[in-house]
Amino acid sequence: MGFLLTEEQTMLRESALAFIAEQSPVARQRALRDDAAPLGYDAALWQQAVELGWPIAALPESAGGLAMGHAGLGAIFELMGRHLAALPLLSHSVLAAELLLQLQDGAQQQRWWPLLAAGDGRLALAIDESQRHLPQGFKTTAQASGDGWRLDGEKWFVIDGVGARWLLVAAQVAGEAALFIVDAAAAGVTVTPLHMADSHNHARVRLDAVQLPADARLELHDAATALERALDCARICLAAEAHGIAREVLERTVAYLKERVQFDVPIGSFQALQHRVARLYCEVELLDSCVRAALSAIDEDSSELPLLASLAKVRANDLCERLLNEAVQLHGGIGVTDEFDLGLFLKRARVIGQTLGDTLYHRDRYARLKGF
Amino acid sequence: MSDNNSFRAEVAAWLEANCPASMRRPIVAEEMVWGGSRLQFQNEDQRLWFERCRERGWFAPGWPREYGGGGLTPKQARIVEEEMARLSCRQPQYNLGVWMLGPVLLEVGTEEQKREHLIPMMRGERRWCQGFSEPNAGSDLASLKTSARRVQDADGEAYIVNGSKIWTSYGDQADWMYALVRTDASARKQQGISFVLIDMHAPGVSVKPIELISGKSSFCEVFFDNVRVPVRQLVGPEGEGWAVAKKLLQHERAAMSKFAEGGAPSHDALAVARPYLQEAAPAQAAVWRDRLAAQLMDAHAFALTHQRVTAQAMARQDVSGPAAIMKLVQTEQEVAKYELLVQVMGLNGLSWEGEDFTALEHDICRQWLLTKTYTIGGGTSEVQLNIIAKRVLGLPA
Ligand SMILES: Cc1cc2nc3c(=O)[nH]c(=O)nc-3n(C[C@H](O)[C@H](O)[C@H](O)COP(=O)(O)OP(=O)(O)OC[C@H]3O[C@@H](n4cnc5c(N)ncnc54)[C@H](O)[C@@H]3O)c2cc1C
Repeated sequence: MGFLLTEEQTMLRESALAFIAEQSPVARQRALRDDAAPLGYDAALWQQAVELGWPIAALPESAGGLAMGHAGLGAIFELMGRHLAALPLLSHSVLAAELLLQLQDGAQQQRWWPLLAAGDGRLALAIDESQRHLPQGFKTTAQASGDGWRLDGEKWFVIDGVGARWLLVAAQVAGEAALFIVDAAAAGVTVTPLHMADSHNHARVRLDAVQLPADARLELHDAATALERALDCARICLAAEAHGIAREVLERTVAYLKERVQFDVPIGSFQALQHRVARLYCEVELLDSCVRAALSAIDEDSSELPLLASLAKVRANDLCERLLNEAVQLHGGIGVTDEFDLGLFLKRARVIGQTLGDTLYHRDRYARLKGF
Repeated sequence: MSDNNSFRAEVAAWLEANCPASMRRPIVAEEMVWGGSRLQFQNEDQRLWFERCRERGWFAPGWPREYGGGGLTPKQARIVEEEMARLSCRQPQYNLGVWMLGPVLLEVGTEEQKREHLIPMMRGERRWCQGFSEPNAGSDLASLKTSARRVQDADGEAYIVNGSKIWTSYGDQADWMYALVRTDASARKQQGISFVLIDMHAPGVSVKPIELISGKSSFCEVFFDNVRVPVRQLVGPEGEGWAVAKKLLQHERAAMSKFAEGGAPSHDALAVARPYLQEAAPAQAAVWRDRLAAQLMDAHAFALTHQRVTAQAMARQDVSGPAAIMKLVQTEQEVAKYELLVQVMGLNGLSWEGEDFTALEHDICRQWLLTKTYTIGGGTSEVQLNIIAKRVLGLPA
């Protein structure tokens, strides 16, 4: 298992670091929130990221990608976490890209793959239908209709759904999972923004008798399996983002403990507080290992991918809950003010925790995968 | 790279052919083979495995051949470790000398000391114990008082040692002790301490076992009454034993966290819990299942971290941060695991002896009690947290 970045991946990480720190510091995310930016991200910034090739960083060369692997892309997600940078990478470059890469049909490949590199025809996956992630439980149906299909249903919490040009919609066809690509502008499609605590782009998508051409159904070897893999890749990238948040917030908290003076000494000299941050540090290191192992499992197409995805997601969820709560507490009053950035990290971390499977979901899945 | 691959294949083939099947089952405390003058085998497989590894120098694959080691490069030695772990091979010899004293002697010992002590260790003939702690010097180790007065007598220069040590694991089984003693009572706390090697059979040494809550007595008190220790048994300069001990304690922490790879007796949590899970009422079974999964994931995360830190260290990256968490995390996870197993078993998990319970139930109960020592010995969890807070995170004193 590869825990180390290659030279190219390290270079990608370093250029991403410089780019994000300069173009998208936390203040940028705060401004997006204050301006109630409809997309939840900065379109100009996304265009720059497209020019840097980030949307296709993980794609193989055969699909026109940079072949940096998910280990390379994961490093970018970690930095997005550190700086709270909002970019539609998860939806477009992980969820949609993984699904399109599995297309069996040459004509469909030729039509859809080029979209991945061009960021303006953005893609998003619509799967969940309730407040919890339940990837096998969708009720949206597709029925044969005329020469094509008719789609009915409602999707919630579509990541980056607002402004997506194309929606990949998971639907049942005679009791089986299938995927359809839907023009967001088609008749019967209604996309409404959901205003969530993290101010990122989330949408509700209604599909009322949406009429689709025959080739809107994606030719996948097995849609359920393809979905599961795409979801696992995304869960791992979310865990990488959470790892970035955790490290950043821990570092900020340690710095605060060194500088804040009470009772004539820095509060960081109190052992009761030292032990709490030392324990958080242990957990951050453990999460780091889980994320790296999971990222490399994607690149190596390992059979352990589902297990490692659930492991990384659970540890990210649990740590983000604990670490952000501790960070707020250790900052005292300033930690609960809006003016201070900590709250922004807290909110983003919690949304990540609920996205694509909470702790109970993934612990249950891990247990099943382990055979009990 | 391909050289390493063929080396790995060679190692795997040798282990496959030479490590008896019974030596690939998880170790239980009673079956650990402790090298030393009281060396004993309970069965032929233990002897074979011990002798075959000894022949190859694989009690310490990375040590130089001239001192009885395997003479392998660090990368090759790591491959041997990895392959042994992969096949679940037991450690052929348990010996504090090999894990802790040896690496220190290799670094700072004199040529004479290396020859005198490493070679018998590598033959499995000399067992070592650690004489650091004293009744009033535990976490605050540097406050130790055992004295060593330098004298010149008919046999040459020597120290006369007086005082006592406590919590000396297997002090009653050991042939030699590496110890910290005070050679200068007037110096500041951490100066004036020296690191010496003491023959446990020397006149004036007496040992008294202390029983543990797990029903074992692996701990001892050791008393020194005018024990003569020749000056050539001083490791490092006089008065600078603290620095030597710090090196050694790093090896101790590393050895303790490496136990996760199959060194220390432990149980497969899932295998132990499964039948009890099946007997539980559905609502409770669901909760136990969730807790067990959490436990397995903790262990999984630790194992991955162990692999990552190793990989990073090989690539010469700075791993001082993550390395500092290993002992704390591994021992606390073991404690939590046995706490869970004992509870999953209900009252059967608290059985002490007798035929009414299974051997496994007795075993889990005692192992549960034994794990309580893990977070105390080798530096308590609190002391580990202090180290992380100060050295890794740089928090003020
Ligand atoms: C299984 C086992 C094997 C051992 N084997 C050996 C051996 O072979 N040779 C040997 O020399 N010793 C051995 N020891 C002794 C071991 O090193 C000491 O027990 C350990 O260092 C703690 O010292 P203590 O028991 O005196 O506890 P104390 O130092 O009295 O500690 C009591 C409590 O106070 C806490 N505490 C103390 N100082 C601080 C601080 N600064 N900050 C926060 N909390 C603090 C501790 O964490 C602990 O919870 C062994 C111990 C065990 C359990």
